[in-house]
Amino acid sequence: MSQSPIAGPAETAPVTAGLAAPTDLGPTGPLGGGGGLPSRRRFGRESLFRWFTTASGAVVLVVIVAIAIFLIAKAVPALRADKANFLTYKDWFPDDPTNPKFGIAALALGTVEASVLALLLAVPVALGIALCLTHYAHRRVASALGFVIDLLAAVPSIVFGLWGRDYFYKPVQDFSAWLHRYFGWIPLFGSGGPYGKSVLLGSAVLAIMILPIITSLSSEVFRQTPKMNEEAALALGATKWEMIRMAVLPYGRPGLIASVMLGLGRALGETIALALTLGATYTFSIDLIENGGNSIAANIANKFGEASETGRGALIASGLVLFAITLVVNMIARLIVYRRREFIGSAA
Amino acid sequence: MTAAVANALEARRLPRWAPAATAVAAAALAYVVFALGGVLGGGPVLTVVGAVVFFLAGLALASGIVEGSRAARNRIATALIYSAFTLALLPLVSVVFTLVSKGTARLDAEFFGHSMRNIGPQDNSGGAYHAIIGTLEQVAIATLITVPLGTGGAIYIVEYGRGRLALAIRFFVDVMTGIPSIVAGLFILAFWVLIVSPHLSPDGLPFYSGFAASLALSVLMLPTITRSSEEMLRLVPVALREGAYALGIAKWKTIMRIVLPTALPGIVTGVMLAVARAAGETAPVLLVAGGGAGINFSPFHGLQNSLSIFIYDQAGSASKYAPARAWTAALTLVALVLTLTIAAKLLSRRNKLR
Repeated sequence: MSQSPIAGPAETAPVTAGLAAPTDLGPTGPLGGGGGLPSRRRFGRESLFRWFTTASGAVVLVVIVAIAIFLIAKAVPALRADKANFLTYKDWFPDDPTNPKFGIAALALGTVEASVLALLLAVPVALGIALCLTHYAHRRVASALGFVIDLLAAVPSIVFGLWGRDYFYKPVQDFSAWLHRYFGWIPLFGSGGPYGKSVLLGSAVLAIMILPIITSLSSEVFRQTPKMNEEAALALGATKWEMIRMAVLPYGRPGLIASVMLGLGRALGETIALALTLGATYTFSIDLIENGGNSIAANIANKFGEASETGRGALIASGLVLFAITLVVNMIARLIVYRRREFIGSAA
Repeated sequence: MTAAVANALEARRLPRWAPAATAVAAAALAYVVFALGGVLGGGPVLTVVGAVVFFLAGLALASGIVEGSRAARNRIATALIYSAFTLALLPLVSVVFTLVSKGTARLDAEFFGHSMRNIGPQDNSGGAYHAIIGTLEQVAIATLITVPLGTGGAIYIVEYGRGRLALAIRFFVDVMTGIPSIVAGLFILAFWVLIVSPHLSPDGLPFYSGFAASLALSVLMLPTITRSSEEMLRLVPVALREGAYALGIAKWKTIMRIVLPTALPGIVTGVMLAVARAAGETAPVLLVAGGGAGINFSPFHGLQNSLSIFIYDQAGSASKYAPARAWTAALTLVALVLTLTIAAKLLSRRNKLR
């Protein structure tokens, strides 16, 4: 990424300025002839090509606006039919023919709960791996391990969901029982079982899934720490850890915040893995180990099959809320990134 | 602290065998306390965790006494960073192990040659042929849609774009990579299935189709392809472009004949990664493709399945034979996705621009 920080128009300007010249010369052409110059027709291939690329670039803007418009169009009729307050009601009965009631309160709180817990689990590990990749492991080892992290990112979410539901639930079950036995006095671990699909299980699976993106973005950030700063810290007698705390972490902080927020965006929108590992209830509880938990996206996947027209509208309305939340989170993260031009360049 | 040795070269250091010795001692202590003593309930996992904690504490203590608190903190941080790494490898190993151990039960010709038509809950047969067809067709159509648009958009951003429009497109391409896949599915559901498709069907009713799934996947693939192509185009040396211009070649021709071919390996890598990601997507396909148990080659008429929704269906099925089918389908999907990913990474290593 280090070669690609063409951050703005400034760096491309010389090239484009040089190119625009032949087309701008008007019908008479440059002084002194020059028979081989490209044709300057207004509807020539050049302008056609330019028009095509501009249009395909603009498709992105069109799609984002279209998402908002079409989701609103389909959500409004259902919201009109809703007999309860959409923002504060907790239950989900949109398909009741006479008295459709649904609200997003429990789902939204559940989404935030699962995502925040997943971040708490994933961020320390991800930062550790990123530091390991950039400052601790040998270069060859680091590139092999980076490859493994990429593979982890490539595993589809349905596979993680299936793994969480059919295999990983068992250790989590045991861990829940253990937590309750020794730390049951903390309200977070209040439930006495039996344990099954819980917020803890969903968040643990979610944490594994957002680990790669946070790792790859933050190792990108760590890699860009100026060598000078690191060497200066070491020259002053700092230990390696002190060097990381004094040079690497402060320099990378905005980038780290951005990568954590992008991870949060992923966590908020994750669907299938949570649909398989959360309890799909409509109560919100801070008890992490009891059967329960739900999220906006998981609810859409779970309820879509049985939804009638109002039900579909209700799910689309909840999707609209999710879209708005993730859009805001992503825009803030990207704005932080854009303010630090050095960080531009990591896709993902 | 103030009495610490000023010269790091002359500072007292723990002997090289100290960490290993601490590790052995910590393991022994943990074994005695947790495995034999049964403190906090005991158990193998707790023993391992306890050993790590004892190791950290012991190392901190030894290093703190001999080398001072700064060195102790350094050792702890190093140990924690390496253990974070080990911790992250565990789920991957476990997923791969589970996939292979549970997924091979139904890995037979029946699975790859038959659909789920007329397969009841009591039948141990049935396969994912229809789902594999669906995945391949949907991803192929989505690729056909997004590759021209994505590279076109990237060319605009790199070669033509100036001012606010280019900046806005760049910004929203980045933002769009973070849009949840379920939202893309809902968008195509609202836009294509519910609003457009009634005008296309003879009976005027909305219908699900594989093409709708392709559209939903396109929404997800477009920003990633645009972004990766953009990066590759930026890596093409300016001298190549200037050389072409100096020969009087038109800009569009320079881009098509010089810039794009130079960036091609990188663009292909980006496309392959996007395809791999799209092939594994479940949520958007679930909302718009409709599923279905039979073989359907047409993406435009009738319900179509895909590997990911096949897994989701089988995972939710009450039949006792369904989990085996789900795991075999998961193994197939992961094999497909990882092959694409690994091929893409190998290709990018050979890329000269990098």
